[in-house]
This record gives sequence, C-alpha cells and structure tokens, in this order.
Amino acid sequence: MYSVRIHGRGGQGVVTSAELLSLAAFLEGRHAQAIPSFGSERTGAPVVSFCRIDDREIRLREPIAAPDALIVQDPTLLHQADVFAGLVPGGRVLLNSSRTAEALGVAGLDAQILTVPASELARTHLGRPLPGPAMLAAFAALTGVVSLESVLAAIRDRFKGAAGAGNAAAAQAAHAFALREGVHA
Amino acid sequence: MPRQLEGSVAVAETVAACRPDVICAYPISPQTHIVEGLSRIVKTGGLGSCEFLNVESEFGAMSACIGASATGARTYTATASQGLLFMAEALYNASGLGLPIVMTVANRAIGAPINIWNDHSDAMSQRDSGWIQLYAETNQEAADLHVQAFRLAEELSLPVMVCMDGFILTHAYERLEVPTAEQVAAYLPPFEPRQVLDPDEPMMIGAMVGPEAFTEVKYLMHAKQQMALAAIPQLADEFERDFGRRSGGLLRRYRCQDAHTVVLALGSVLGTIEDVIDDMRDEGVAIGAVGLKCFRPYPLDAVRTALAQAERVVVLEKAFAVGAGGIVGQNVRLALSGLRPRVHDVIAGLGGRPITKASLRRLFEQAVDDRLGRGMTFLDLDHDVVARELQRLEAR
Repeated sequence: MYSVRIHGRGGQGVVTSAELLSLAAFLEGRHAQAIPSFGSERTGAPVVSFCRIDDREIRLREPIAAPDALIVQDPTLLHQADVFAGLVPGGRVLLNSSRTAEALGVAGLDAQILTVPASELARTHLGRPLPGPAMLAAFAALTGVVSLESVLAAIRDRFKGAAGAGNAAAAQAAHAFALREGVHA
Repeated sequence: MPRQLEGSVAVAETVAACRPDVICAYPISPQTHIVEGLSRIVKTGGLGSCEFLNVESEFGAMSACIGASATGARTYTATASQGLLFMAEALYNASGLGLPIVMTVANRAIGAPINIWNDHSDAMSQRDSGWIQLYAETNQEAADLHVQAFRLAEELSLPVMVCMDGFILTHAYERLEVPTAEQVAAYLPPFEPRQVLDPDEPMMIGAMVGPEAFTEVKYLMHAKQQMALAAIPQLADEFERDFGRRSGGLLRRYRCQDAHTVVLALGSVLGTIEDVIDDMRDEGVAIGAVGLKCFRPYPLDAVRTALAQAERVVVLEKAFAVGAGGIVGQNVRLALSGLRPRVHDVIAGLGGRPITKASLRRLFEQAVDDRLGRGMTFLDLDHDVVARELQRLEAR
C-alpha cells in the first residue's frame, strides 16, 4: 500500500487533489481511497487530505500517520504545521515553490525532495494560482505511482471545458519541469 | 461497472435509482452531499415527477415524509446528529403508523460539547424508536443497503434507517458499483402501499388508542419488527443473486473459526479491525470479528450463535449510555445470557477520534491476555486529563 498525505490551505483544492489522485490510480485498475481530514475548515486555514493506493481492496480507514509521500501545496505551512510528521525515512516530498529545498530550509530531511512552481504554472496556463492538478503531475514524475496520462484523464474528468484544458496544460508543464529537474521515478 | 466516487454521491445516485416520489430533507453535515446530489438529480429531470421538498427543519422534514408516505408516495430523507434528535417525536409516529420511509443517517456525534465528527450517538439514541436500523461497513454496502431498505420497508410497512459513518464513509472516495436503475427495477417492485390517505375515499390513520388496546398495538409493533429478522437475510441473499455481491444481512463473521477472542462492532471500523485481525492471525492468535449489520430488530439468536463458542467478546462501540455503560455491549450480554463468553465494553471513536490499527492492536492484545477489565474501557483515553479533572471535582 502506498500512502500520500496532502497539505495545503482551505480553498487550494487539497481535498480535490486527493480525490483526483485516487481517480488516477483507479483508472489504472488499482484500488484507491481518498479521504479529507474532516472538520469545519475555512478558506486559508491549514487543511490535510489523504490518499491510499493498493492492488487490493483497502479496508483501513484511519488517517495516514506515516505517509510514503507528502504533497505540500502551500510552502508557508512548512514553518507553521508539522507537515513532515511521520514521513517514512527516504520518502518523497513534493513542495509547491519556485525556491529550492535549500532556500526553503528543508534540504536536510531524510527524503527525496522536489520543488515545483505549481502556482505559477497554474497562473500561466489556467489563469488562476490553483496548484493541485500541476502538483499531481509532478507527483507522477517524482514517484511513478501513477502515470501522467492517468493524472490528465482524472483532471479532464473533473474539470470540463477551459478549466480542464488549463489544468491539463499546467499539469503537463509541471511534469516536464519535474523531468528537467532530473527526477527519476 | 466500478467507478471511483464519493460515498455520498453513490448513495444519492442509488436512492435515485430506487425512484422515490418524494424527497424531503433539511441539510446538516455530514449528510448534506447526499441530499444536494439528489436535489440536482430532481432539478435536472432525472427523477420525473419526484418532488424535492425544502423544509424549515428536520422536524418538518420527517413530518412532511410522514404525510407523503401516508398518501402512498415512496419517500426518502437523510439526516445526522442533532437533526435526528430534532426528528425524534416524528420518528415514533412514522414507525407507529407503519410508514415505509427510508432515511440515511450519516452518523455523527451529539453535543454538547458541539462536535461535527463521527460516532454512533445519534442513531443509538433512536434505537428504540421503532425504526429498523441497518449499519454499513463500506460505501458499497451503504449504497446497496438503500436498495434493500426500500424493499424491506415496503414489504413490512415499517420505516428503515440506513446508518453510514459520517465523513469516514460519506466523504471517502473509493471504488464501488452504483446499482443501476434497471437492476434496481428488477429487485424493487413499484410501491404498493397497504393504506393510502385519499380525499376521495376518506379514512383515518393514527387514531387515539386507549388503555384497552395500546398494549396490543405495541405488542404487534414488536412482532412486526421481529419479522424483519427473517426478511433481512432473505433480501440479502436475493440481492446477492441479482447483483453478484454480498451486502447486508444480520451480521457477518470474519475469521471466527476456532476464535477464542471475537471482536464485535458496527460500521466502517470493521475494515480496520479486519486488518488487525489478519496480522494477529498470521502470528497464530485465535481472534475473529463479527460485524453487526442490523441492530434493530436486534438479532439476538444470530448474535448468540455467532459468539457462543468464544471465550471472550470485545464489543467495540462508538456510543455509550452515560451513567450505565455500553449499549451494544448490554445487548450482546443479553444474547449470551447463561453462556461462557465474557463481554468487554470498549468505547471508541467518540466525536471523530480516529480508531487506529495501533490502538486496536494494543486493545486486542490486552483482551487476549485477559488484561482488559470487566467494566467499560475507553480506547485511547487521556487518563492524566480525566484524573486531574476528577480531582478538581472531588476537591469542591
């Protein structure tokens, strides 16, 4: 079983990202479970969501305490919440930022870290700084847990028309960025 | 065809496939996505002449459901938590009048203190309201139980609550198959009400009954609900034959063969319990689980048969009777009266506290080693906090 925890702020599509990731895995014939951290979160408040992916039915329903990978959609959370709690040693970390891991002060983590300017890519291709879909495409490049094609299919399933095209373009750009950074899944 | 979708959406689409005539609801988390989904289906013409009634409260919702059902309409609603409590008076009328209303309860805690998260306090508070209560383990089962619930309700002329864990199931995205309208049409015949309020042929229902007959009416209510004990397994068998998967029934045994320790629970926590049981079975521990799918009517004989051979039974429940103890636990003791197994009440997951594999593992090991007390155990209780508060109270 592969476990992913997604951190962000209310309004950034944190819950949607977990759902899209689960859909991408489902489209590859796998079992996936996406769950939000339940509560009455408000726009801008720290939000967490979870996604489990496995080859067999997932019965476990506890929150993910020891994720194999982290997706952090808002870098300002790095110094506010303990986003790295429980990350498995050598796990994967994807950060939405135009700065490097060194500049963000997280280079010392026992993890493979990739930073991707997902909000900027979304602003360019979608017209709005919504980083979720672009982050998922970079996640596909970083981990290989799902393919770019599945992520794009999930994006087009959720977002219709211009929103679908814009998010897909941002996702492709983020995937290409990740590959340029020398990431090998 | 399997799809990846949210539990609430699956339930909304399944209820729509059951072709209700009237849907009446008042929004409350975590049930809201279900009725939002249904309102969209009705608005876009997906349910023909079905009426979606917006009302001012849950009391109004159940009252309108009672009126609609009494005129012979297939009627559905959904609620949770304080919303269910606000319906309480009308719930007893729906069951007393024998109206086959189906209602989803997206289980959630009851305040005070205010809390929007999952436990079973809401449904358990209405366990004696005369409604049949079914509990779903997964979103697949939640969807399937609604199809069975309409059939059961209409065959017996009794209202049915389908309980699914709020947020944990309602807000989870997972793989499942939504029963199609064609499949449901073959399983669920059109509603033929036993009695219909009709202005052209006036009749009265719900007349006053005095002391000379009230006991008999209540006796018959009990006897009628007990009939569900035979109907529920039959409907689950028939469902399995038609849909190709097992959902519902009175209870389900998991790796109970030769089990010295059996854990009994309701709802979605069974998945996590089964994962822990697999780990412990791999290590040679004789442990199994029983998932109770139907709590009202209480399947006393089935529970007795399922647990009779165990040495100890851990009843893990997400609600309790303040001042008394476990609710399901007391019902299990009733079933095991005169038999060997010791029964331990464990209260867990109150107000949304996650029930983790690690905590369950520790709990089950304590049970297997006979280190679990006879009284009520609260899983993951912060003993320091309660000791300090008790000290403060006693110092007054």
